[in-house]
Amino acid sequence: MKDHDYVKIGLKAGLEIHQQLNTTSKLFCSSPTDLKDTKNATYEFYRYLRPSKSELGEIDRAAIEEGIGTRRFTYKAYASTGLVENDDEPPMEMNLEALKIALQIALLLQMQPFEQVHTMRKLVIDGSNTSGFQRTALLAVDGKVSLRSGPVRIDTLSVEEEAAQIIDKDVYSLDRLGIPLVEIGTAPDLKTPQMVKDLALTIGTILRACRVKRGLGTIRQDINISIVGGARVEIKGVQALDLVEDIVRFEVLRQLNLIKIRDELQAREAHVRDPIEVTSIFARTGSKILKKKRVWGVLLPGFADLVGKEIQPGRRLGSEFADRAKKKGVAGIFHTDELPRNGISNKEKEALLQFLEAKKGDAAVIIADESPKICIEAISAVIERAKKAIEGVPEETRRALDDGRSEYLRPLPGAARMYPETDVTHIALPREIIERVKRHLPEKLEDKTQRYKRDFLLNDELAHQIARSENNQLFEEVIILWYEKDSGITKDEKKDAAALVVRTLEGVIAELKREDVPLDRLKRERILGVFRLVRSKTISKEGVPEVLRLLAEYDTKTADEAAIELGFIMLSESELNAIVEEIVQSQLDFIKAKGVGAIGPLMGVVMKQVRGKADGKLVNEVLRAKVLSVL
Amino acid sequence: MSKIDGIQHGDHVKVVKDGKEFFGVLMPTATSDVVIKLESGYNVGFSPEGLHVSLVEKRAHVAAKRPSRSTRPELPRLTIISTGGTIASKIDYRTGAVTSQFDAEDIIDAIPGLAEIANIEGLMLYNILSENMEPKLWSELALCVYNQVREGAYGVLVTHGTDTLGYSAAALSFMLQVPVPVMLVGSQRSADRPSSDNVVNATCAAVAATSDLAGVFTVMHENASDDTCLVHLGTRTKKLHTSRRDAFRSVNADPVARVKFQERSLQFLSDRIGRGGCELSIRPKIESKCALIKFFPGANPDIMNFYLTQGYKGLVIEGTGLGHVMSEWVPYVKEITEIIPVVMTSQCVYGAVCDRVYDTGRDLLKAGIIEGGDMLSETALVKLMWVLGQTSDREEIQKFMRTNIAGEITVDESRTWQTFEELP
Repeated sequence: MKDHDYVKIGLKAGLEIHQQLNTTSKLFCSSPTDLKDTKNATYEFYRYLRPSKSELGEIDRAAIEEGIGTRRFTYKAYASTGLVENDDEPPMEMNLEALKIALQIALLLQMQPFEQVHTMRKLVIDGSNTSGFQRTALLAVDGKVSLRSGPVRIDTLSVEEEAAQIIDKDVYSLDRLGIPLVEIGTAPDLKTPQMVKDLALTIGTILRACRVKRGLGTIRQDINISIVGGARVEIKGVQALDLVEDIVRFEVLRQLNLIKIRDELQAREAHVRDPIEVTSIFARTGSKILKKKRVWGVLLPGFADLVGKEIQPGRRLGSEFADRAKKKGVAGIFHTDELPRNGISNKEKEALLQFLEAKKGDAAVIIADESPKICIEAISAVIERAKKAIEGVPEETRRALDDGRSEYLRPLPGAARMYPETDVTHIALPREIIERVKRHLPEKLEDKTQRYKRDFLLNDELAHQIARSENNQLFEEVIILWYEKDSGITKDEKKDAAALVVRTLEGVIAELKREDVPLDRLKRERILGVFRLVRSKTISKEGVPEVLRLLAEYDTKTADEAAIELGFIMLSESELNAIVEEIVQSQLDFIKAKGVGAIGPLMGVVMKQVRGKADGKLVNEVLRAKVLSVL
Repeated sequence: MSKIDGIQHGDHVKVVKDGKEFFGVLMPTATSDVVIKLESGYNVGFSPEGLHVSLVEKRAHVAAKRPSRSTRPELPRLTIISTGGTIASKIDYRTGAVTSQFDAEDIIDAIPGLAEIANIEGLMLYNILSENMEPKLWSELALCVYNQVREGAYGVLVTHGTDTLGYSAAALSFMLQVPVPVMLVGSQRSADRPSSDNVVNATCAAVAATSDLAGVFTVMHENASDDTCLVHLGTRTKKLHTSRRDAFRSVNADPVARVKFQERSLQFLSDRIGRGGCELSIRPKIESKCALIKFFPGANPDIMNFYLTQGYKGLVIEGTGLGHVMSEWVPYVKEITEIIPVVMTSQCVYGAVCDRVYDTGRDLLKAGIIEGGDMLSETALVKLMWVLGQTSDREEIQKFMRTNIAGEITVDESRTWQTFEELP
């Protein structure tokens, strides 16, 4: 489909971006915000959750569907996990560091902050929050960003708690729970898949100017999509930016196909019968899946060939039925459009259709489980979805799959899942505070790039790279220290120094990471120490990677000690002179024979002895002088 | 917020501030701020300066629906007496904080699993937080339990705030002799959250209340997980953490039983009186003018005189270690014990007092102090109140305080002269 086709079918899309903030402690407790290896969990505990009513006395439909208090959740906790994360202590007041970063983001998005921040509990009982809710506060509304294609409205920005990381079915790790994040919701102003991607990119660049977490999983997109005649569908958990366009395309395709199916079903006057137990038909079945199980079925008059109709690559209307049934605990469904298969014979299919008094053009769906209760719940879920197929596209929340397709997750949540967080008092944000934050907004990345080019003489590529890096703060610290301590520094030396720092922070350290060198010991002070050695010409810049590697491997050493151990301390000029003199004397015949041409090969011999201890340029000068003196 | 032109909370309103409009439902607040719930469910607040609120639509009255309950003849009858507390709390729009607002029916609605264990009858006695419980309410509560048991309750659940759960449990233990289990239960996390421990605690309490037990007990989480609860003797229960689910412990005694939540099963862990092992009786009288004094280094003994002049009838001193106060206190103690009984317990929480080991202790014994044995200080206070409600005879008071009445104190019968005549 071309862009104008999307406009024609009335595509309306909006983004909900979740970005973790890089604070020292969590949003409502003092635990650290770094992620742990599940292997290092020190204890675990087990809980049940059940839906509770909103302050208006309603229970949220999405919450009801997620569970009725029978799922036993396992939580993995760490030495640093606190009682707030365990839901065994009331939360602390909101982390003001997080609030400030969120305010900065809101103001960069030209939003209007509220004068009071009220923390709410958003009911989430899938186990990802020990409390059964996510704490969230609406901070600002009504902003905008400009895309090439025009302005897009930013509706809302909330500060909220990150959920716990799921590591297995109903097993969660508590390290991520409670990390502050901002949720940015845009208006449904996006009309093409390209615009959705552009907006995600633009907001991402603004976010990276602020103190946000970096790396996989620290930013997630949910996409709201609808087309004319379709319905609003929220697709959750898109982590890779490259998938954004595919998600939109595939969802549009799904809705278009569901609309076609609806038209056909309505033309056929299709309908849905009541569920009925059909276990006896499969009493002697060869199918392993149905054997020794209760089987329930439903007749779908007028549905023939449509249940098996593809709506996304590899996904059929039947897949939508199966998604719903699986939520109730069965492994999947069978429908007559795909039978015979999995050991279910054609004879059994015919017997089923006959038992259900099917006519030509009818389809049937069956599900199986040991528990009659699960059977009834699962077949009822299928029936509910089948009825919606006659009406068109159901509103729902879907989960993004890795390939751009999606599967059913739960109904769209409503306002009933919001309850005031009574353990936290509201925060007043008077205008003075907002004005103060406004005066010191983080520098935009484009501005930072220009400043790096201007002040530190970096070329386009390096300036762009370091401006977007999470190391840009460290870069500035190093380089400012360098310039200050070295008053007689020339322009060229300035340029070289800045380039060295960028290449080290972005290249060398990344290289060490690829080699699985543990980087957590490379603390700021120790990195600064290495550059101090280069600046004072104690080590050469060629020695930097090895010193860093040693520092990463042993946390007891200082940069100086590492340099001495590696033998990287720079030779004085007289020491260098002596070494070069000795080599020249031992190679007099060679020099006599080759003349000035001996310098090249001899350079290699000398460097072998002094690498890391002398600057290459200086070595070359000394060697040249010595060679010329003996010729 | 009815001040604003007859607009009430719950009404749909339009709020205009700094030229911007917001629509939502007006929420109650404790201040002059205006808080509305937006369509998204978020609450947002505005200070009153330059604010304009106008009515969009009056709230629709929605009647609360209650599922109808049917009795199952094969199940026993349990009474739930609700006194309030976190197990039955939700938001109070007066203060915005959590207060007790549920009644027994709400508890049954909130914990449908109870209906599978017993036919439940709900009774709301109080709706207060446990810090507001006081001795005269213990007596009323004891009478209420007594009536329920007399009328045939197979067991009784008392939902109670956790802060003073131990005090009330001790009071009921002394006031009541019951042939059925009476389980005091609370929750540490409020009932308005999906993770509340009220479901697990109340379910386990119902299992325990239908088991082969007689007496007054408490039931709370065993650890951080929702898998098990422990049943503690009412007189041995202490809250040892401000917020954790497993704050409650049996002190100086083993827990009575462990209840598995999912299995609805109960396993006994220590000796007990079985169902029907005693007659039903009640002695609810109590002398509430008693005080618990915590000794600390350098504490002025005058505090005892203060209580005496205020007409107090008995004191419990929570001393250091084995039951000590500084020597300076001894003459004061001697004077006071001539007028009112003084009981010594230990601030160590665990272990018994023993005033025979050090000089100060011996002096205190000579001064007439009553050793509280391994009783919890709180239990000793409640017991003293109750004993003083029963008798004013000094010898009887002394004897009762040193006698095990409801499992509260460990007494070695072969070492007390009181039972010398009965020894073989």
